[in-house]
Amino acid sequence: MMKGINKDGLLFKHTFIHIIMIFLGLVAIVPIYILLINATRSTEQINSGISLIPGMNVAYNWRALTSRGFQITQGFFNSLYLAVLMTVLGVYFSSMTAYGLHVYKFRGRNFLWGLILLVMMLPPTLSFIGFYQFVARLHMLDNYIPIVVPVIAGAGTVLFLRQYLSSILQMDLIDAARIDGAGEFHIFNMIILPIMTPALAVQAIFSFVGSWNNFFTPFVLISSTKKYTLPMLVQMLRGDIYRTEYGGIYLGIAVSIVPILLFYAFMSKYIISGIMMGSIKE
Amino acid sequence: MAQKNIGAETRINRWGYFFVFPFVLVYVLFSLYPTLYTFMIAFTDLKGLKQTYNFVGWANFIRLVQDQYFWGAVFNTFIMWGWNFVPQLGVALILAIWLSDIRLRLKGKGIFRAIIYMPNLLTAASVAMLFRSLFAYPIGPVNQFLQNYLGMYDVVVRDGATINEAFQFFRDVTMSRGIVAFIQWWMWYGQTVILLMAGITSISNSLYESAVVDGANSWQTTWYITLPMLRPMMLFILVTSMIGGMQMLEIPFLLTDMRGGPDFKIRTTSVYLYNMAFQGVNDYAYAAAISIGMFLITIVFALIIYFFMQDRTEPKSAK
Repeated sequence: MMKGINKDGLLFKHTFIHIIMIFLGLVAIVPIYILLINATRSTEQINSGISLIPGMNVAYNWRALTSRGFQITQGFFNSLYLAVLMTVLGVYFSSMTAYGLHVYKFRGRNFLWGLILLVMMLPPTLSFIGFYQFVARLHMLDNYIPIVVPVIAGAGTVLFLRQYLSSILQMDLIDAARIDGAGEFHIFNMIILPIMTPALAVQAIFSFVGSWNNFFTPFVLISSTKKYTLPMLVQMLRGDIYRTEYGGIYLGIAVSIVPILLFYAFMSKYIISGIMMGSIKE
Repeated sequence: MAQKNIGAETRINRWGYFFVFPFVLVYVLFSLYPTLYTFMIAFTDLKGLKQTYNFVGWANFIRLVQDQYFWGAVFNTFIMWGWNFVPQLGVALILAIWLSDIRLRLKGKGIFRAIIYMPNLLTAASVAMLFRSLFAYPIGPVNQFLQNYLGMYDVVVRDGATINEAFQFFRDVTMSRGIVAFIQWWMWYGQTVILLMAGITSISNSLYESAVVDGANSWQTTWYITLPMLRPMMLFILVTSMIGGMQMLEIPFLLTDMRGGPDFKIRTTSVYLYNMAFQGVNDYAYAAAISIGMFLITIVFALIIYFFMQDRTEPKSAK
């Protein structure tokens, strides 16, 4: 095999590319690695220089964080609660919309489809001031409802799921179920959802990560610290009371990032094939 | 019989309304209405805690056009997006071509791709805080690395004497903008690699085979087949990256002082919108005008990109 490479004069290029790959891999990993290491070190250790070996101060850093009103456990569960709820609602209603658009030929169907394609292109900031004022007038600031409910109208998810449906769905299947007397929602819940599972899983992953990482909407809407999500808490680490607690700051950032890293360690294959799936059909 | 069939079909098709109803309801309430509301607010003087407002015509837009801070923010956004996008597409293109080349027999392609994509999934707010800590003054890890391993100091003159000091990255405009652009690049080029690889995979193999039969080498197949065939994918990446880049928010917002310091030079239009609406005097009306201004500028850029790419494809396809 190496001989074949040599003959093509590729050995040099081969080595060169591997060096570049290792370098870029390190560029991706090193910041995260320093974060995780420093999260375990004391402030004095952090001040004394860079280390590749973890320290023993996680418990101390944790206390330094939480003793200053940094409700990290609460924040973690708030983020988890929101992410799960938004994922389930978003994926379920988006697949319902995608199915409705794909299977039924009702009036206004093409208009709605065009609208969904248009909405995809609109930047979210365009509606933000109106959204905030609308929520304020409903007296729903500091409430999770205006954060969660909008996921029901997720244009991107509908687009992706409809394209998936059009590539796999056999109309015969629905007709057969109708002849057996199954109701339309029964067909959707019992037959269609199971066959959409691969696409639903991809969308669920992206939806979960997206909600977990969502910073700005909760940051503007939520005011009581009890309802803070993790990214909002992490943002508080800028404050003066943490100024000398470097270990604590790193630990706080790490807590928001580690769940995603663990999730990614198991899901990376699906995530990457999900991006490719979405892109080829563009 | 035929008549009856059509009736039954229409009846079944009516079920479509039930299926799309939740989407339409939520869309109208939380997206369409707020968008129209934003347009309306932009023509008022809605400010602070007031519930009432007056219509003021085009005043907010006239102020916007003359606002040097707004145009400064547009410029900052564009500069930082450009500094990130050019290396992003360049590096991603080279990597995608290498990783797709089976003759190279690269090892660890899958894990490499997984690793370089990883930063894309991380919480942007946390990434901003992480890099804020890494580039901290005087003893962030980057300064420690530069001093302890490379012996690099910032040479400053103080009281007539030159002294070596740690770098104050976030006091320097170019450094701060560079760090924002680097973070954006770091988070996004992995995704671009994946998209370009998907694009390369979808190019028909017979094109390459016939080129090889005609005696083309790998450089020629890349230049005359891969790159032209990737043009639609690159256009897609360019437009989506530009739309996303014009919205850039968390990184420049949290990296420094939430106002785009130093000297407002990393303040993007989104950060400016936040500063106007949710800090100080809470000028919602002006913030609404900013968001419409951003939207129009994005459309103009998208059209420029579109026509620019159009003009260059036309003669090629005519050949």
